[in-house]
This record gives sequence, structure tokens and C-alpha cells, in this order.
Amino acid sequence: MSLLTITDLNLSIHKSDILRDVSLTVDQGEIVAVTGESGSGKSMTALAVMQLLPDLSVTSGSIKLDGTDLLTTSETDMCALRGSAIGMVFQEPMTALNPVKTIGDQVAETILIHKAMPPVRAKERAREILTRVGLPEDKFPLTRFPHELSGGQRQRVVIAMAIALRPKLLIADEPTTALDVTTQAQILDLLKGLVKEENMGLLMITHDLAVVSDMADRIVVMRQGEIVETGATKHLLAHMQHPYTKMLFAASGHLVDLPTPPPPSPLLTVQNAIRDYQLPRTSLFAKPGHYRAVNDVSFTLHRGERLGLVGESGCGKSTLTRAILGLEPLQDGQIHLDGAPVFSGHSPNLEVRRKMQVVFQDPFGSFNPRHRVDRLITEPFFLLETPPKGTARKDAIAKALTAVGLHPDDALKYIHEFSGGQRQRIAIARALIIRPELILFDEAVSALDVSVRAQILDLLAELCTAYDLTYLFISHDLSVVRTVTDRVLVMQAGKIVEQGVTEDVFSNPQHPYTKSLIAAAPRLPDLTQISKESVL
Amino acid sequence: MLRYFIKRLMSLILSLAVASLVIFLVIEVAPGDPASFMLGINAQPDTVAALRTELGLDVPKTQRYLTWVSNMLSGDFGTSYTYRTSVATMIADRMWVSLPLAIYALALSTLIAFPAGIYAAARRGKAGDMAVMGVTQLGIAVPNFWFAMMMVLVFSINLRWFSAGGFAGWDKGLLVGLHSLTLPAISLALPQAAILARVMRSSLLDILGEDFMRTARAKGLSRRQALWRHGVRNAMIPVLTIIGLQFSFLLAGSIIIEQVFYLPGLGRLVFQAISSRDLIVVESVVMLLVFAVIVVNFIVDLTYAAVDPRLRSRT
Repeated sequence: MSLLTITDLNLSIHKSDILRDVSLTVDQGEIVAVTGESGSGKSMTALAVMQLLPDLSVTSGSIKLDGTDLLTTSETDMCALRGSAIGMVFQEPMTALNPVKTIGDQVAETILIHKAMPPVRAKERAREILTRVGLPEDKFPLTRFPHELSGGQRQRVVIAMAIALRPKLLIADEPTTALDVTTQAQILDLLKGLVKEENMGLLMITHDLAVVSDMADRIVVMRQGEIVETGATKHLLAHMQHPYTKMLFAASGHLVDLPTPPPPSPLLTVQNAIRDYQLPRTSLFAKPGHYRAVNDVSFTLHRGERLGLVGESGCGKSTLTRAILGLEPLQDGQIHLDGAPVFSGHSPNLEVRRKMQVVFQDPFGSFNPRHRVDRLITEPFFLLETPPKGTARKDAIAKALTAVGLHPDDALKYIHEFSGGQRQRIAIARALIIRPELILFDEAVSALDVSVRAQILDLLAELCTAYDLTYLFISHDLSVVRTVTDRVLVMQAGKIVEQGVTEDVFSNPQHPYTKSLIAAAPRLPDLTQISKESVL
Repeated sequence: MLRYFIKRLMSLILSLAVASLVIFLVIEVAPGDPASFMLGINAQPDTVAALRTELGLDVPKTQRYLTWVSNMLSGDFGTSYTYRTSVATMIADRMWVSLPLAIYALALSTLIAFPAGIYAAARRGKAGDMAVMGVTQLGIAVPNFWFAMMMVLVFSINLRWFSAGGFAGWDKGLLVGLHSLTLPAISLALPQAAILARVMRSSLLDILGEDFMRTARAKGLSRRQALWRHGVRNAMIPVLTIIGLQFSFLLAGSIIIEQVFYLPGLGRLVFQAISSRDLIVVESVVMLLVFAVIVVNFIVDLTYAAVDPRLRSRT
């Protein structure tokens, strides 16, 4: 008998169906990955197992853990199971810990709440388990508070809390999505090791197919609340049946064809840029320290070129972006666009600013919800001395919307009427409308589902041909940067450690940091290779 | 933590210095000469001049400011123009009414608001929550003097449980003193409790939606356990801010309630001093209230740090 058996699970919240006839099993020592795009119901499946569904949820079917049906278990008995028989790790390590309690207390709480050990022994166990997850006592005493740890370290604490009582089943809901690639690789290794050592079952929820193929023994593909395909990883990769599964894998490894860039003529030049942030004074009369976020960065972006900028969080990517946009002054060095400085005196140089536009990551937060699309996308017109009016304005709006694959009539709608992918199209339309010389894409596809991401990448490639775009593509996602850029900069701790033609850098990295980044990034398996192997 | 403490202390001293200067200047530019006011319109100019010298009004402003501050530091608040008694004694007498009243009212308001706010948050959208929200809405809307008069009607005139006004004094015992402050304290506390309960509720509701509350539930804590162990302390920061503001208000803002219950408190003293141009009393009481407000804020800042470790490391 399997450790966890979900049979015909149906779930509705507020009378709308969330899950339909979901059935899956997890054995001891097995990693089962549930994957799918947003809204597929994968997280809800996990929460249903924990019985931590939102209010007004109605479930039917059965979820059996070691023979006990969790759907009919009382809330009191569920409290006894949660944390002891089932542990759960969540996506957001930055907010998953109580900020006012020490990590030792929070790990020990799992043990104490189940009265599994006396307090002194619980503290010892907390110490043991924190050491096991890679936070040894001498470097990370139990008295540390969450804000004193990095994202990866916090996720280790969350994992420690989840496994403190050696649960039989561990559920991990997008455990590494918010982490950098090198940290992600470490956390995934930790999870794999735990499953092996403790013979736990791991139900892992993730949208990242590369992680799935790398980690899972079995894969469950979900779409709109239903399981469309399931099977042992190798077998499923080799013989995927359902068109949705095929589409998902194709979209994840989506490649675009960029037109050949024109011969180099410099557009944006960054020379020895230095950006310091003042740190708080350490004592009353001491001089405040500095944190050098961008350290002596120089590069040139040529007209018509697509340049990538990769690096982990905190490496200075965003600071550099803000400096290029002229939003913040540099402490030393210069940034010129078309020969003119981007920052003049105390403010952005408007002359230059109107030649640049930016597209941000969050398609939900980067629009004013009370404005209509026509107003949203014409905002850059404020940069112009003589903004188009009347029919010229209307034409510009229609043209921009058509260019990004939307209809001119969409101009009269509000932003909440659009999906995430459509919103990102609108963000691109907003950037395009004044025909800028340079567009900065700041993690512009990171929040999108793979299928939508593939469409947006295609759109970029089309626009490159139609508009001769020059852009700087900032991203932590190496596979995306690899396909949509001609050249790439690798940034670490404020410095550019390697730059070169994208394909060269990726296939033959020189700097150790670039090597470690590329090694840590989970890769999609070569599907044709797998099918060949399985035939043999 | 020590650095945080010292930093807050420095800001306390600086605020006091600035406040004393501002109070002095504002009172200086206020129209009306105390000496001529005291002697009436028919006074001879030389009599007024003599009184001015006696009151110390004829020396330069800077010197008067410095004397005022240094005297205050040594506990000498000067002599009231109108009552001709030591201001320090006058204030001390009234302080023994106003300070206990403020503390009493604040204690009542906290005791009512915390359970009500937590109860409402735990039962969001249910009948209990709606009842708390309705009652607190009423508590905010009804003016406290009206409420005070209603309580006098019911508890003093009909039931005769409390006296309708006046203060019995502390020399007859703590309970007698508290007894005579009970009705004023309740009338002061109720509107404050209504505000505080709402702040507690909304702050706690924000916290209940946090990721770490879900983590707590995933560890096996029941709803109630998660609320008490992880929710309440995190919800305290906005609540403490409001408590600090309310205490300052209760100390000085109870003029109307003191009037309704005929209590010899600080509010009445300021009111009388202002009407009779007794500038030295006004100055001193205002300075004292500012001092109280700043000290309360200092204490609130320290409790922030006690509640939230993130503030301790950030200086």
C-alpha cells in the first residue's frame, strides 16, 4: 500500500470547481512531482492533503495517509498529524518564518507542540536538525532571528521545522522558486538527501520542468484542476502522450530566432560606473560606511544589439538598471546614451530619458488599476515635448497594441480584464509607443507561465525584426537569456566578471562564477536523446 | 540594543530642548501683559512697572529662558501670578489626580480592547466580529462627555453607587480614591477602547494572512494556538503606537471630563490659567505635558524593540 493515496479528489471553493477527480499516490522514499501552470490546482492539492484549505472549501473523494482518510479526520486529529506525520515546506522563505521568534524556538516548537520530547531534549533535537539541514550551531546559533539569515538559509530553517519529527510525508510547494540557482541546487540536494536517508515520501509541487525532470521519480502533470498525464519520470519524458504535456515541455525549452544584429555602433556606454549606498553609522561619531553595489562596471551596448545581464539576487543588476535609467546618481564613472549623459545635475536627463523605456517583472503590480489601457500605455508621451494628440494619439495606441498582438479596441479596457501574459504585452506596448532607442527588460518574463513566456519571447523576436529593437535583458533565468540575447554580461557582487557572445559564454564559460552558475542551473533533459535510449 | 536605547535617549533629550524653546517663544508672543492684566485697566504705569520687575518680566528674553529652564530642572517652576503660590505645588496637587486617572483609564481601555480586538479578529465576518465592530463604532461616535453625563444619571443619581463629582483624595485610602475616579476613568476609557479594539483587530487580521501563520498551522498548531503564539505579538506594533498616543491624550485631553465630574486635574488648571493670563502656570503645565508625551513615546519606542527583534539590530 502506498504512503499517500489520493483518490478522486474533488474540491470546490465558493461553488467554483478547483480540482476534479485528482488521483495520485506517493510511496515511501519516492519523490512525486506535481507540475503545471498557474491555476492548475497543484498547490490546492497540496493544501488539501494538509487540510489547510481556505474557508468554504468543499471536498469529496479520499486522501489516505497510511490508511487514514484525512478528509474525514477531525481538525483536532489533523493538528496532531500536521508537523508530525506530514511536514510542509512553502515557497516564500522570506515570509514563512515568524520574524519575532528565534529560529531555535521555531524549530523546537514543532517538537513541543506535539509533546514529542521534554523541552531540553527538544532544544537538542532542534540543534541536531538545524545542523542536518546545513546550519551548524557554531555559525548559526539557535538564538538567531530570521532577519539575520539569507533566503536560502531561511528555507533551510523551514525545512528543519518540517522534518524535525521525521514525518513520513513531506510536501514541498515550490520550495526553490524564490531562490537563486546556486541556492536552489543546494536546497534540492538537501531534499533529495533527506528523502533517501529518512525514507520519506516527498510530494513536490513545482512549475519548473527542469527541476521536475531532475528530481522526481514520478511526474504528475495537471491542468485546470485535472491530472492530464502521469508516469515514471523516464517513461513519461520518453513517451509523453497528452498534447498539453508536450506543449509544456516544448514551451520550457522554447528557442527564438533573432535577426542578425547590424554592424556595431555604440548606443549605450557605461564607463567605470560606481554606485555606493551609505550604510548606517556603526557608532555615533564614526563615519558611515559604504556598500558598493556597482563596482567599476564598464560595457557598451551597440545599436540593434540584444544584451543580456545575468547574476544572482543582490549582485547589483537592479542598481545598475536604475543608474542606466538615470534614476540615481553615480558616485564615479559615466553612463551615456547616444553620447549624452543619462543623469544631469540632480535628475534624469529628459533629453536622453525619452529614448529609453523599461518593462518590469510584475505584470500585476506595475499598472495603475484605475486607468484605462489607452492612458496607461500613453504615459511615456509625457516625456515628449509635443505629444501626439487626437487621431495621431489614437493611431499610436492602435499601432502599439497591434504590434504586441492585442486589438486596438483593448485600449478602452481596464487592466484587471487582462491575464498576466496580456498585461506583459501591454507593458511592452507602453515601452514601444514612443519608439525608444533602448528598452530595458527587468526580469520581464520571470513571473509568467512557460507557455505564456514562450509567446512573449516570440513576440520579442518579432519586434526585433519589425522595430530594430535594442535591449538590455536583465534576468536570473539563464535559459531565457541564452535564447533572446546576442551578448551577455555576468555580474557578481557588483562587478562584471565575464562578458562575451552569449553562446560562447554559455557553452564555454571562463570565469569560475559563470561556471558555477551554469552548473547549478537545472537543465531540461534532451527529449530526443531519452526516447532513443528507451527504444534501445 | 544598548545603541538603540542610547539613540532613543538622545532623541528624547533633543526633543525636550526644542519643545521648551518653542513653548517659551509661543507664550512670549502671545498678546497681553500679565502685569497690566493682574492690576486691571486703571493701574498706574509705575505700579505696573514695579510688578513687572517683581515678576521678572523686565530682563532680556534669553536670560529669562535660561532662568526658566534651569529653575525647572531644579524643580522650581516659579510662582503663579494670580494665586501667588508655588507652581510646582499646584501642579503636583493636580498631578495626583490626572496621572492616576490617565493610568486608570488606559488600563481599562486596554483591558477592554485587547480581548475584544482579538476575539473579533479570530471570528472575522461572523456574528461576534460584527457585534464588536458595531459596538466599537458606537463607542467612537458617542462623545465621551455625553456618556459621562449618562453614567452620572444612572450610577450616581439613580443607583447612588458613585458620587456625581469631586475627588475624595488619596489620604482616605487607595480604594476611596479609585472609587471616586471610576466613573471619569470609564468615560475616558470607552471611546479609547473602541479605537484600540479596532486597531488590534485589523492589525491582527493583517498578521493572520501572513505566510508564517500558515507555516505555524503546518507545524500542527491549532488556529487558536497559532493566533496566540505567532499572531498577537506581531500585531502589537501598531497597537503600541496607539496606546502611546492615547496616554498622552488622556493626561492632558481630559478637560471636559474633569469639568463634568468637577475634578481638580491638570486640564482644569490649564484652562483656568489661560483665562487669567497666568503665563507661568501655562508654560509649566504645557512643558510638563510635553515632557510626559515625549517620555511616553520613549517608552513606546523601547517596547517596540522588546517586541520586534528587527528594530534592535537596526539602529
